[in-house]
Amino acid sequence: MLLSMQGISKSFAGIAALQSASLEIGESEIMALVGQNGAGKSTLIKILTGAYQRDEGTIRFQGKDVSFSSPAESQAAGIATIYQEINLAPQRSVAENIYLSREPRRFGLLDRKAMREGAAKVLKVFNLDIDVDLPVARFNAATRQMVSIARAVTQNARLLIMDEPTSSLDEREVEILFRTIRTLKQNGVAVVFIGHRLDELYAICDRVTIMRDGHTVAVSAMNDMPKMELVRHMLGRELAAFQALARDAGSDDARPVRLELKNAGSGLRVRDVDLSIRQGEISGLAGLLGSGRTETARIIFGVDRLERGSLHFNGSERNYAEPAAAIADGIGLVSEDRKVDGIIPDMSIRENMTLALLPKLKKAGIVDRARQDEIVSRFIRSLGVKCASPDQPIKELSGGNQQKVLLARWLCTDPSVLIVDEPTRGIDIGAKSEILKLLRSLADEGLSVLMISSELEELLAAADRVTVLSDGMSVAVLPRQQLSEQNLLAAMAHQIDGASGELA
Amino acid sequence: MSAFFKSFAPKSSGDLARIGVLIALAALILFGALRYDNFLSPFNILSFLRYNSMFALIALGMALVIMTGGIDLSVGAVAALASVVSALLSPISWYAGLAGGIGAGLMVGLLNGLVITRLRIQPFIATLAAMLAANGTALLLANNQSVSVSYDTGFTVIGQDDFLGFPIPAWIALAAYILGWLFLERSPSGRHVLAIGDGEQTAALMGLKVERTLLGVYAVSGLLAGLAGVILAAQFGAGQPTEGVGWELFAIASVVVGGTLLTGGSGSVGATLAGALLLGMVFNVLNFENGLGWISLSAYWQSVIRGLFLLVVVVLQARLTSKSTA
Ligand SMILES: Nc1ncnc2c1ncn2[C@@H]1O[C@H](COP(=O)(O)OP(=O)(O)O)[C@@H](O)[C@H]1O
Ligand SMILES: [Mg+2]
Repeated sequence: MLLSMQGISKSFAGIAALQSASLEIGESEIMALVGQNGAGKSTLIKILTGAYQRDEGTIRFQGKDVSFSSPAESQAAGIATIYQEINLAPQRSVAENIYLSREPRRFGLLDRKAMREGAAKVLKVFNLDIDVDLPVARFNAATRQMVSIARAVTQNARLLIMDEPTSSLDEREVEILFRTIRTLKQNGVAVVFIGHRLDELYAICDRVTIMRDGHTVAVSAMNDMPKMELVRHMLGRELAAFQALARDAGSDDARPVRLELKNAGSGLRVRDVDLSIRQGEISGLAGLLGSGRTETARIIFGVDRLERGSLHFNGSERNYAEPAAAIADGIGLVSEDRKVDGIIPDMSIRENMTLALLPKLKKAGIVDRARQDEIVSRFIRSLGVKCASPDQPIKELSGGNQQKVLLARWLCTDPSVLIVDEPTRGIDIGAKSEILKLLRSLADEGLSVLMISSELEELLAAADRVTVLSDGMSVAVLPRQQLSEQNLLAAMAHQIDGASGELA
Repeated sequence: MSAFFKSFAPKSSGDLARIGVLIALAALILFGALRYDNFLSPFNILSFLRYNSMFALIALGMALVIMTGGIDLSVGAVAALASVVSALLSPISWYAGLAGGIGAGLMVGLLNGLVITRLRIQPFIATLAAMLAANGTALLLANNQSVSVSYDTGFTVIGQDDFLGFPIPAWIALAAYILGWLFLERSPSGRHVLAIGDGEQTAALMGLKVERTLLGVYAVSGLLAGLAGVILAAQFGAGQPTEGVGWELFAIASVVVGGTLLTGGSGSVGATLAGALLLGMVFNVLNFENGLGWISLSAYWQSVIRGLFLLVVVVLQARLTSKSTA
């Protein structure tokens, strides 16, 4: 055993990111580390390398108990790491970035010539013929990623950790990377490979460790773990029994289509998406992380520009240049991360709720307080927001009630389409089904809802129809009567087989 | 052929700004040489260098600090403190004065570094506090008046004498800049300074010893300010607790004019020297202009004009850099 991490726990500001997680890696083994976004993979890695300090647990590396207090120490001990975030100093040259912290020296000074030639030589292996004296900021994301990979593989480490190294690489570059990894393995190097593209994992890894919610939930030889099983472990199952909220099968096809994407594409993340939302339905959008769900929502809401294909709203073609244009059509978006681009924590419920409505609430340039009060108290009542008063700061509310306020923010603008991205993330079970019920009753009143969700139970319970994305493409549309866990998992794991359409 | 030209081409937008400051310096020297009779006289050149060496030393330390993304507001007060300490110790021997002044500067610098890295206080606040403390200490030690240095131990040689026809302070500054250039361009630690300014967290993840490097940089800044204080005392024959006011701003201006970004991560030692000389040169030119007798600019007006000149140079650089990246 090269590395053994046991019982690792870590909390950030009282919130557990890891709870007794474990990771074991044998000599010259390639280990896949997988899990949904937020499962704790990156945190586990950072604890190993000394970027974070653990609260509990033991780490044995090469037979010795270790506790690295900084990345410098783990690097010296033979662990090379490509972190998920930017790994390079943007204004420094390519050559410097490859050698930073272990520069070749002559008489104590930098040996620039050796550095330049060495850098050019390793980059040759990666088919990169670039000017190594230029700052890395001059190059695109894929080239920068290759540079950080080159930096890692030249460290002569015993253990090489790669946190989502392929996210910005194309197939050819991934192939080069895999060739390099295989060579390293032959030379006795062990590799931890964190990734989301399942076919890549099966192509290169010997074993797999699956994490969920800060726990290690399964470890297995890669070939003994069927793809469906792997996805099931990653997504897990909520025990909460959501009531069946969806409409009866068959009744939905008659309703008019309100919003439709055809062969939509933008950038690299959204390649070819067909998607429609009918009036008064909850249209589900499923897919693994990185499949392009959030990015598709960003196109509809005008954050990203539609570059290929078409977008129709109520039958007429649109290409929103900015969210304001989408909002003018009555489209609202409740984003994935409430804390980052949702709530304004120190502002009151009243202000948070009417933020999107303020322009319309003005009378002679001043907010019409009476109308504001009327609207706020109406939504607090109808959505059942539990609060002491409308003037309470929103940060004092529970997650579920914060989410209701955000829903109200859009509902009071009287939207016709509401996009909700992971509407129940970070909300306790009871409040989850309440939010879902609320979305259901809004749809019954005619609102078109696009619900992005990673939780199968949630889609099964509330969606009238689910479109499944994989790698930026819509690979299946499951109508209500075909909606089952089995079918959803099969469609999501679909990217492995490469074929498309047979489920739709 | 193209490879030949490429080797001269500026590799970053900062390079353009650095070329700009050299052009401005050359233009100003040419202007002075054509307009004033004694501008290029040995006397003017030598006294210009003797006086401006102090500012050049402080600017060098400031440049290193700013390259890490920090700032050192204490350098002016530290120079004043060091001048007092060295004046007080100068009767013992000339090297006691020298060591005392440098030591005082080094101590404050180390303290700055410790407060910033260990207590995680913003450099602006930490060095502002150090500035107030150093200022108070200087006044206490000097009893609120200037402290005359000893003329018997040879201490004044450091500030007033020449070596090979060149002022000793200028030799000291030149040596410091050569060492500074070697450090930044040719030593691994120097590259780490820039990488830290590029992004402290990334630098730490890349395995650099961020805290140690920052500590070293603030220590060097304090040491150079201390050295400037020793030269101040030796040159004017007295430790001056009330001098040094605004020197930190002069140093920051030199660094910025030299094309170093306040956000850190880029910069050049040579251009910092050119920046310091350029700002000193503006002062020199204004003095000559007054000497012509046509107009008489008070010190206040000179300050206004220097400020405007600084603004013009910085705006021109911003133009140059934005064009090159567009
Ligand atoms: N520096 C941090 N401060 C606060 N919370 C953090 C920090 N780093 C990670 N977390 C939290 O820890 C959890 C696990 O995150 P992470 O390890 O990045 O997951 P993964 O890499 O599997 O996507 C998340 O809930 C995340 O919000
Ligand atoms: Mg991660």
